[in-house]
Amino acid sequence: MARLRAALPVIGLAIAFLLGWRLLVLLGGYPVFILPAPEVVGERLLRAWVQGTMTPHAVSTLTAIGWGFAVGAGLALIAGYLLARSPLAARLLSPYIVAAQATPILALAPLLALWFGTGLASKVVICALIVFFPVAVATMVGIRSVDARLLELGRSLRATRWQVFRHLELPAALPAILGGFRVGVTLAVIGAIVAEWAGGDRGLGVLILLARGSLFDIPLMFATLVTIALIGLVLYLLVVLAERRLIGAWR
Amino acid sequence: MLHELSFEVAQHQVVAIVGPNGSGKSTLLRVVAGLLPPDGGSVEIHGRPVDDADPRVGIVFQEPRLLPWRRALANVSFPLELAGVPPHSRRSRALELLHVVGLESFAQAYPHQLSGGMRQRLSIARALIRNPSVLLLDEPFSALDALTRERFNLELLGLWHRTRTTSLLVTHSIPEAVLLADRVLVLSARPATVVADVAVDLPRPRRPDDLDGAAFSRTAALVRAHLAAALEEELPATEPASEEPADILERSGSPAWFDPFRGDG
Repeated sequence: MARLRAALPVIGLAIAFLLGWRLLVLLGGYPVFILPAPEVVGERLLRAWVQGTMTPHAVSTLTAIGWGFAVGAGLALIAGYLLARSPLAARLLSPYIVAAQATPILALAPLLALWFGTGLASKVVICALIVFFPVAVATMVGIRSVDARLLELGRSLRATRWQVFRHLELPAALPAILGGFRVGVTLAVIGAIVAEWAGGDRGLGVLILLARGSLFDIPLMFATLVTIALIGLVLYLLVVLAERRLIGAWR
Repeated sequence: MLHELSFEVAQHQVVAIVGPNGSGKSTLLRVVAGLLPPDGGSVEIHGRPVDDADPRVGIVFQEPRLLPWRRALANVSFPLELAGVPPHSRRSRALELLHVVGLESFAQAYPHQLSGGMRQRLSIARALIRNPSVLLLDEPFSALDALTRERFNLELLGLWHRTRTTSLLVTHSIPEAVLLADRVLVLSARPATVVADVAVDLPRPRRPDDLDGAAFSRTAALVRAHLAAALEEELPATEPASEEPADILERSGSPAWFDPFRGDG
């Protein structure tokens, strides 16, 4: 009952959003290829999933997101640790990391598609690139913030380097790292769509191009956008759940 | 920082170290623990030199230094885990020590769910779990409020009575030093040397009302006189000397001359 009451405003806002959308279409009198009504989009979304139009594209995009995030975040954890613990690595790597981040991924994507082809590889690379920076920075900040007094405790107990990392640095940095994951996972979705636009043969990004272009099925385009948004939302919630499990008890 | 500093501690003895702020009391403890290499000289336990972080030494730091992501039990058994002791035996040993410090019912609590005093007790249990030959306490009560601190001192007396662990206690409170220790070493300011070695002639087990006894006050006054000499300062004329228990000074705020001992040692 208390849960329901807590969910009430959330549901209320969602309904208000849909009503506003519907009202806009009604008052503006927009044709379906400019702004389809919510029920039109909803019906198209359902049909696309039932008929199997959406599934292969969604699977393709999710695969890219999964691998891209794993690779990008994995490398970022290592890089973040090095940046925090080795001044030399920080001096050597920082310019490249910042330069890579400052170069718009939109500008890089066609080049990467050219190099890695239209399949999964280029999507993973682009996803990984976009995920890398926030996670690396979060890891660096997290590791740097580990209490020096805890490290002294570790030394007094003769902890090995690995034990210090496993039992002191990693858990202490985990809240910061997971904060980086939150940002990273939503960026991974963007990365996948950008990669598909720049030259993919499949995926939700491709489906958007198709729906707007040769199919000229604007409700399908909106349905795809909704699917992408839902994927982002679910992935973000997964990180939040992981956070709760990993650090909820002691924070 | 330390200079020609030499002393011995007999087994089962509790020695308190008091000294002016910045005299290097904490540094001294770190050298004894093997955390800091001395520029010269050596530290020996049972005739064997201490090198690097010595497992024969247990340390209670100024702050509890618990791992917030570990429950009480896992915090206490942490040293054994690092040493590769199998889970079953480290668990039973940790439970044993939780019992010693009276926290057995809080085994599954996280540090943030415990009071400051309980946390410091956990860190004492953790320091004792490897059965150290020497226990080092670095102003372990400075973060606690006066009442908790007093209760804590009594608990510590009981704990020592049971474990009889040889201990070195750094403190900036004279009453605390006299109440807890068998000997009080007074350090001078930098470079620190031992300027006085005051034996505390109070029977054990000690009780809270020992604080009001004449022997206690005499010893405390003696330590204070040495400390003042080490500081090259005269005590104010109005200073209550032996008529009043010295710990009144502690409880009723800090007279100006006492301030230098607050904070880092």
